[in-house]
Amino acid sequence: MEFFLITLLNSLSYGLLLFMLSSGLTLIFSMMGVLNFAHASFYMLGAYFAYQTGLVFGFWPALFLAPILVGIVGAITERYGLRKVHKFGHVAELLFTFGLAYVIEEIVHLIWGRAPVDYRIPDSLNFTLFTLFNTQYPAYRAFMMLVSVGMLASLFLVLTKTRIGMIVQASLTHPDMVQALGHNVPRVFMLVFAGGCALAGLAGVLGGNLFITEPSMAFAVGSIVFVVVVLGGMGSLVGAFIASLLIGAIQTFSVALDLSFLDLMGVLGVTIDPDSNWYGGLSITISQMAPVLPYLLMVLMLIVRPRGLMGTRES
Amino acid sequence: MREMLNTSRLLFWGGVALLFLLLPFVFSGGFSLSMLSQMGIMIIFALSYNMLLGQTGLLSFGHAVYFGLGAFVTAHAINFVEVGAFGLPISFMPLVGGMTGLVFSLILGFVTTRRPGTPFAMISLGIAEMVAASALMFTTFFGGEGGIVTNRTAGGVNWGVSYGPQIQVYFLIAAWCFVSMVLMFAITRTPLGRIANAVRDNPERAQFIGYNPTRVRWLMMSLAGFFAGIAGALSTINYEIITAEALGLMASGNVVLMAFIGGIGQFWGPMIGAVLVTLLQSALSNFTQAWLLYFGLLFLLIILFSPGGISNLIMIHLPAWRAGVVRRLMPSYGLAFLSGGIAFIGVVGVIELLYRQVAFGVPWIGSALMLLIGGFFLPRTTRAVRKVWEDLSPELARWS
Repeated sequence: MEFFLITLLNSLSYGLLLFMLSSGLTLIFSMMGVLNFAHASFYMLGAYFAYQTGLVFGFWPALFLAPILVGIVGAITERYGLRKVHKFGHVAELLFTFGLAYVIEEIVHLIWGRAPVDYRIPDSLNFTLFTLFNTQYPAYRAFMMLVSVGMLASLFLVLTKTRIGMIVQASLTHPDMVQALGHNVPRVFMLVFAGGCALAGLAGVLGGNLFITEPSMAFAVGSIVFVVVVLGGMGSLVGAFIASLLIGAIQTFSVALDLSFLDLMGVLGVTIDPDSNWYGGLSITISQMAPVLPYLLMVLMLIVRPRGLMGTRES
Repeated sequence: MREMLNTSRLLFWGGVALLFLLLPFVFSGGFSLSMLSQMGIMIIFALSYNMLLGQTGLLSFGHAVYFGLGAFVTAHAINFVEVGAFGLPISFMPLVGGMTGLVFSLILGFVTTRRPGTPFAMISLGIAEMVAASALMFTTFFGGEGGIVTNRTAGGVNWGVSYGPQIQVYFLIAAWCFVSMVLMFAITRTPLGRIANAVRDNPERAQFIGYNPTRVRWLMMSLAGFFAGIAGALSTINYEIITAEALGLMASGNVVLMAFIGGIGQFWGPMIGAVLVTLLQSALSNFTQAWLLYFGLLFLLIILFSPGGISNLIMIHLPAWRAGVVRRLMPSYGLAFLSGGIAFIGVVGVIELLYRQVAFGVPWIGSALMLLIGGFFLPRTTRAVRKVWEDLSPELARWS
């Protein structure tokens, strides 16, 4: 029970972090049809910017400054990169963001080096919030959840209740009509791209010190975010939300479970000779399989339901 | 058949074969020989990738999976040959790799090719991640961190070839590279190759004339997997070791870079890309730590300004060459290259100074100045180049 509750809480905070990443990606994708390959790189930039600005101003200003900086980088990327490539089609746009991911990683190498940087949880949040049975629950994880939920609620409100949100939503489906009504649609695109990147940056600020801030963090998270988006259905925010929580739970629980097929068979009364050829394969535990599980789930989903959980169309 | 074997084409392939034969005697050093071998492997790999991206319009981020799996199975096959459990001359081992690539791309392609475009790209990435993660899980097959080590001389001496000296391995690679190139070119001329182009350009219309786009994509992907497997097997024979890195994301990304830098619009584009990227990788990585950054920047520049890659740059100059007006382009090109060169030196200077953590001083000021001057003149000189092209366009219209 204790293990279950704590792992559930951890998976929830991780899932919300994933959703912060995948919501930005989904917004950008459904608006511009561009899959931003460098999305996780903006997550990484968020963590590094927070580290750097945190050295000067401390954690709390960095919490606001770093996402804004990442948003500015995103806006520049859209204005001077993506918009230029747009005329060459989606493949070129995708490849542009792919190349950008390379370049951002190398620039991070250049500035901050290849080793992880010492980006830490601030002292003001480094305490135990409550003790559940015998396990202490860190306040930072709760703070992370709070910020994620607050961020997502305000995103939802902005998208549905404000004038800007209305224009964004209208530009999603009828860009020509919105343009005809006198709105600057390219600028709306730039804003959405910058906003999505800023969300990724915020996720980086929150996740960077909980996990580890190093140059390879972008590629590690990036492919998981793609799995989330495919699972949830491309372009569906609700789908991305469900898939984020699902993947968060799968990853957190599977890492903690030290069971293998061998144990299962042991329960059923079957024993395998350690010398047998099958022993190696069957002794793999769930925690060893953890890195593969999200991808396996994705492949299964593609076979059973190619459009994803909440997707509306096949492609 | 007559169309397939016209004189100019025979001359071209004859020239390529001759080039492959003569190259190791021109560049006979140990380093250049191993580089040539690597280039041959990468040419097959990049061309097989272009069967997906260039011909069928499938942007795959997981092509190294078939390369890597082919390489691993070949490594085990060679080890079986060594203990006498399996009999196949080393010269034909690439077939093992090719069949492995074919089988796996048949299986995985069945799942992935249902959806083209962006979903395909993401799914191929996910599959690549899955295989790469499994590679660290199943250490008996993939050998864990150390990989699988083989011995390419395991087959003994067949027809006077032992594969001990590198030159023999080079000729093996060159032969397979030549055969694969001819086959892959031939595929572009078959009805399947043509329909793949149709599926790339307009799947709906391809469907209307009675072809199933999904099946065409699947077939093309399987064939691409076959050739990638051949490349993987050759890499195993060449290096006598294969690690899980070979099927990872970096390897997959690398082949995307090669194909795109060379140009996916022409059949021979990826060959240029493979040669150039291999050359840059081994040459640059000796000089600077930042070679991957230069690489990424080159890639971005090509996407931004010449999405057809280097081969497209060559192709747009052909009409000008035929019309005999290249000389009129030269002055503006000279100026553009000059300002571009100054900006380039400035960029390289700044990056290297940053990497080497040189304190602020004359080199910094010099690099920044070069960057500013080059950056100031570059847009102006490229505008002049565009102007000349526009002036020439009526004359060129008759030639293209």
